[in-house]
Amino acid sequence: MSHKIIVPIGPYHPLQEEPEFFQLFVEGERVEDIDIIIGYNHRGIEKLSESKHFDQVAFLVERICGICSSSHPYAYVLAVEDILGGEAKIVPERAIYIRTIVDELQRIHSHLLWLGLAGHFIGYNTVWMWAWKYREPVLDCFEMITGNRNNYGMIKIGGVRRDIKDEDIPVLKKTLDELSPALDMFKGAIMDDPVIKMRLKGVGVLSRQQIIDWCVVGPTARASGVNMDVRRDAGYGVYDRINWSVIIEKDGDVFAKTIVRILEMYESVGIIRQCLDKMPKGDIDADIKDIPPGEGIGRVEAPRGECFHYIKSDGTNRPIRHKIRAPSYMNVASNKVSVIGSTISDATITLAAVDPCYCCTERLAVINRADNKKVMNGWDLIKLSQEKTLKLKEGLENGRPGAG
Amino acid sequence: MDKRDIIKKRLGAKIISWEETPTHKIYFGVKKEDILETARLLFRELGLRFSTASATDTPSGFEIIYHFVPDGEGQVYSVRLMLEDKKQAQVDSLTPMFPGAEWIEREIWEMLGINFKNHPNLKRLLLAEDWPEGDYPLRKG
Amino acid sequence: MDFRLKALTKSIWIFHASVGSCNNCDIETLDCFTPRFDLERFGIQLIGSLRHADVLLITGAMNRKAVVRMKRLYEQAPKPCLVVACGTCACSQHMFKESYNVREPLDKILPVDLYIPGCPPKPEAIISGVIKLLNKVKRGK
Repeated sequence: MSHKIIVPIGPYHPLQEEPEFFQLFVEGERVEDIDIIIGYNHRGIEKLSESKHFDQVAFLVERICGICSSSHPYAYVLAVEDILGGEAKIVPERAIYIRTIVDELQRIHSHLLWLGLAGHFIGYNTVWMWAWKYREPVLDCFEMITGNRNNYGMIKIGGVRRDIKDEDIPVLKKTLDELSPALDMFKGAIMDDPVIKMRLKGVGVLSRQQIIDWCVVGPTARASGVNMDVRRDAGYGVYDRINWSVIIEKDGDVFAKTIVRILEMYESVGIIRQCLDKMPKGDIDADIKDIPPGEGIGRVEAPRGECFHYIKSDGTNRPIRHKIRAPSYMNVASNKVSVIGSTISDATITLAAVDPCYCCTERLAVINRADNKKVMNGWDLIKLSQEKTLKLKEGLENGRPGAG
Repeated sequence: MDKRDIIKKRLGAKIISWEETPTHKIYFGVKKEDILETARLLFRELGLRFSTASATDTPSGFEIIYHFVPDGEGQVYSVRLMLEDKKQAQVDSLTPMFPGAEWIEREIWEMLGINFKNHPNLKRLLLAEDWPEGDYPLRKG
Repeated sequence: MDFRLKALTKSIWIFHASVGSCNNCDIETLDCFTPRFDLERFGIQLIGSLRHADVLLITGAMNRKAVVRMKRLYEQAPKPCLVVACGTCACSQHMFKESYNVREPLDKILPVDLYIPGCPPKPEAIISGVIKLLNKVKRGK
């Protein structure tokens, strides 16, 4: 006898700029369909932006997402500078270097955060604690150069608000030096661990064609072999003057997404090191007074993918239209194809693989449709996922790979 | 051949305006009847990625701008569309062509009240269930 | 002192909910439980169900859609349940006060016992807030 069960994951989902409420339609162990309901975090930022001064909007968009809190203002100022003639033309060289450094530091902290949470979901709480432990020095660097652990307030139209002091540079370099062995450890622990491989390989696969049809961006797309990186294409920052490479994996499963993120952290460390060495002396702010009428587009590679801002100005001191498209907006929608067909114990990590958030899964609950009674809560589902890992591990130790 | 030339050649007289900025942003306008053909050319044949669509309430009607991005190149192709009739604003949906447009069109529908023809799932995305019907937050005036 | 409140001060279990935040407060709250700050050594734990919780920690400006859920959550909580507003958004709605999708402030909806301001509050500030809350309960509310 088959009976369908609805698994609601939600309802409101704090850790992401777009909170989601997933309803998994489950038959036995298999996920048959998924319904994604969002809007629990909608604060009307696009409308609010039309009532704020151009300089204030940078602070507003910083609070779209706490994890990408330099990507959104960066994309916004790029859109405004697009009206003025482009970042390269008006922003002083040193300011562009500082913007790049802040953006890359943020990528390291965001990827470490995701790595920890992904570890937690599959029952590797040690990975969680270690990843977040190594994230702290990065936040300390932020506190040192920007004055705050999150919501940096660094990027403004025409430049940056604070300079990186000469005496801060050795501290930054030391932090990066200490981070590298930690990254090596993570890479080794994840790439060589047979249990993690069995748990993540072939799970939540997105094919190349699906990526194109769902317009997926960022590390999620790069894990499926799509060669895209806005840092290389859009011509912002100092990425054209620095040696780095776009990380691309072929398989499109959760394992590939993990590998892309780990390798990207190495690239980010390299980019920051080169920036610190090459950074010229000089001004950090072009002191822009007026924004002429016109329209501009700003694109930035946030840790989760392309972040898109469109600004329309009529010559007053406020934008008349500000369109924001965050990367997860596209990526979360693709869960619709990646989750279907997997088992419930894999659903947690698959939904987490596009880097959506943590708390959605924290409030996961299985509801039986017949009597609408909760039979499992969020912790139970994470436990289910963790037990699967444990079983695989035991099977491996007893010489029976694949048991469980 | 450059993508710009292909677009100009294929769409011909259907392009009603063409504008390029020094920062490699290309804006061109088409009539609303031609949006499906334009999107098919850009998305399916030229392989551009659909980034997003921005809709604005302007004094002369609703303006929708579809942003297409060629990965690996620096440009952004923005297709401009004007819907003069604000009371019955309607345009063909791109969702049947590629599912990535679904949420973007749903958002425009609920924020500005633009109807998308043949959209498979046109329902509320962001606003609350008790949000008053017929009240569109991003409309002006 | 009420027996139940006395028991509550021994080890606080926290249920964390966001009603339209930007994640920062949520991450900093989580950060309190990771190696550097490690609140768990004091018996303070983050848990997955409100039915086991002593403290309801709320972050974010009050989103229209989420407020309904929030009220229902609070009704389900075993009393006494302390409510903590974490971050400037939860305390005073910050820059989202004028938004169309944000309802009245948190303390108009639920009885708030502790305000932790900051955007986002540092983990140290959250820990100091928790201690103030403990002292408040010990003195008898």
